[in-house]
Amino acid sequence: MELTPKRYVDAVVLAPAGRIDHSTSEGFKTALAPYLATCAAGQDHIILDLADVEYISSVGLRVLMLASKQAQGQGGIIGVATLQPAVKEIFDITRFTMVLNVFPSVREGLARLSQPALSAFDAT
Amino acid sequence: MPPDVGLRVKFWGTRGSIPVAMTSAELRRKLITTLVRAAGRALDTPEKAASFLEQEIDFAESNTFGGNSSCVQLVTGGRDYVLCDLGSGARVFGNDVLAAHGPAGHTFHVFMSHVHWDHIMGFPFFLPIYTPSNRIRIYGCHAELEDAFRGQHAAPCFPVDFSELSSRIEFVRLLPEREYEIAGLSVKAKLQRHGGDSYGYRFQRGGRVVVYSTDAEHKQDDLGEVQGFVEFFRDADLVIFDSQYSLAEATSIKEDWGHSSNIVGLELCQRAHAKRLCLYHHEPLSDDQKIAALLAETRRLEEITRGDRRVEILAAYDGMEIAL
Repeated sequence: MELTPKRYVDAVVLAPAGRIDHSTSEGFKTALAPYLATCAAGQDHIILDLADVEYISSVGLRVLMLASKQAQGQGGIIGVATLQPAVKEIFDITRFTMVLNVFPSVREGLARLSQPALSAFDAT
Repeated sequence: MPPDVGLRVKFWGTRGSIPVAMTSAELRRKLITTLVRAAGRALDTPEKAASFLEQEIDFAESNTFGGNSSCVQLVTGGRDYVLCDLGSGARVFGNDVLAAHGPAGHTFHVFMSHVHWDHIMGFPFFLPIYTPSNRIRIYGCHAELEDAFRGQHAAPCFPVDFSELSSRIEFVRLLPEREYEIAGLSVKAKLQRHGGDSYGYRFQRGGRVVVYSTDAEHKQDDLGEVQGFVEFFRDADLVIFDSQYSLAEATSIKEDWGHSSNIVGLELCQRAHAKRLCLYHHEPLSDDQKIAALLAETRRLEEITRGDRRVEILAAYDGMEIAL
């Protein structure tokens, strides 16, 4: 799965697209892995921009949960932003809004994670 | 095999982990809510009151999902009784049989998901075990099936030792993934992920299929394992599914606790083209409003993720009956 990364100082914004379900979640997990490796204290934070994700199943949410746990263990932070209405409903129903960092927009996510990254984002 | 009169499923216990009872405060809150709604209405006959409750008051306010632990009956039309698990709901079931058909001469076939306490605790209070002419055949895949039942009756846990039970009690070890013909049903067990293992059952009679799948965690790391459950649920008329936790709980703080979520149940049913998903093994912390909200949310999720087939979503309650 293509994640089209954009770097803002110490934050990386990744933008998956389409459906994240049983047939695509493995590709999503593989694509996320190298960014996750550097999501750590003193290194990077990650924002997943889900604006182009139309559906995420339980297996996709599990990938996010495992990623969040790994990042947390490394001292990094991973968040998701810009959920489409249907995806937002899925996050609400599964209670993932209570266990993941969910932001209304990429900008608001960066504001919470890193001031230098926010400045760089605003400058673009 | 008895004539094909269809299958009915009756729920005698639907709560997970431990039986619960509605509190006095909760009952009072429901009464107050309902009485306020009824203000000014001429509900001066039982029929009018019943109609008002049925048509204008939500189930969670006018009823309760109940609190007995796992016990489900499959009504086959045959003379023998067929059950899944012997949680505290089995006590109510046993009393019902005695009241309707007398104490003696019955045969019960019981399929055990596993032998954790909440699934066997109804057995000492299942009155048919104390009558000599009754026969109870307990089926399961666990090697320790009989030991668990005997141990529950041993001192100091219970005053009547297993050896003193006067009915004819037989334990029958089944092998998973093998088809058996029992009590007019085709039955196949499947290994599930749970502490000490659990087994789901797929029952088939004529063209109707019921799957009983409780106390099962679905991690979904292994796509082959997931596909195995899709096949197990394939084209089922009814899937009774452990939905004790939210997906977030099941994949975080309650990972490896051996239970699943409404979301995974729905996805498996959608992929398997199952007709109905029944949420089961309710979390003991959940009151009636929470279970009703879980049902509404699952129906909404089904709506927004529906492909070309609809899955009907139900939430089990003690006393619920489903005709297939």
